Amino acid sequence: MDGPKVVFTIDILGGIDITETVVMGWLVILIVLGLSLFLTSNLKKIPTTKRQIVAEMLVGFVNNTVKKAMGERFIFMAPYIATILVYSLFGSLISLFGLRPVTADLNTTMGMALVTFMMITYYKIKTNGFGGYLKGFASPMALMTPLNIISEIATPLSMSFRMFGNIAGGTIITSMLYMGLAAASGALGLSFVFGELEFHAVQVLIPAVLSLYFDLFTGCIQAYIFAMLTMVNVSIAADKS
Amino acid sequence: MEKAIVLGCSAIGAGLAMIAGLGPGIGEGFAVGKTIEAIARQPEAQGDCTRTMFIGVAMSESTGIYSLIIAIVLLFANPLIGKL
Repeated sequence: MDGPKVVFTIDILGGIDITETVVMGWLVILIVLGLSLFLTSNLKKIPTTKRQIVAEMLVGFVNNTVKKAMGERFIFMAPYIATILVYSLFGSLISLFGLRPVTADLNTTMGMALVTFMMITYYKIKTNGFGGYLKGFASPMALMTPLNIISEIATPLSMSFRMFGNIAGGTIITSMLYMGLAAASGALGLSFVFGELEFHAVQVLIPAVLSLYFDLFTGCIQAYIFAMLTMVNVSIAADKS
Repeated sequence: MEKAIVLGCSAIGAGLAMIAGLGPGIGEGFAVGKTIEAIARQPEAQGDCTRTMFIGVAMSESTGIYSLIIAIVLLFANPLIGKL
């Protein structure tokens, strides 16, 4: 398996590579934008259309989850949580169409984890003051400072690695399965080649079963876990220690 | 020759790294078993139990994911070949 392909290069600052991941990210943004415009157009006070009920259900789900996990005072976080949830969900589910998932790139997940990390640090400084934030590293005693610094760094690392590892691992296993099935159908004499087109009979239906787990289940669960960990970490940071 | 040795040892290392998959597997099995016990005792708390279990399972999966990352790095982005 190769990394994301470079689609084109912008010739400033020594060349910025626009990879497949970035292009797929634009696609996801367009899909989400279209979906939002479709769901929220022509809203009424008393919902009469099905799509408004669906939209209210989605917003209500995120609001309820935020209220439950973080409390009423953090309800303003709901748009950020919904953004993480929707972007990583669509970024993972895009692999159902045979495209490269956005979240199978460490840059994407690390970017999201760093935003969360900044938020955690902001709330730690806000609740305890800058001195209290620095003092928090030396608790319960000064000897623990290196360990505390490591655990501080480990938060965004583990969050981003978890998502990247799950999605990229699924992508690797799926591509290995495709290669293995192509070899198997070649050995059984069930491969048909029409010039550029190749058709392997054994590749029919078998990958769909694995795709159900690796694309659908893992994508949904990891998006939910990422959002949940963001909420838990931020609300822990905002509690007075 | 040197490159072949490094490549072969990297492949072995990637395989050895994935032994770490044992730990999360056992741990997650325990977590799911306990959750099923809790749900059997209190079926009305199924939603909360399942939600909490998924978060815990995902947390304990980290160690396995770390080893997976090491295996992926050794196989697809080997840093050792550059040192020859």
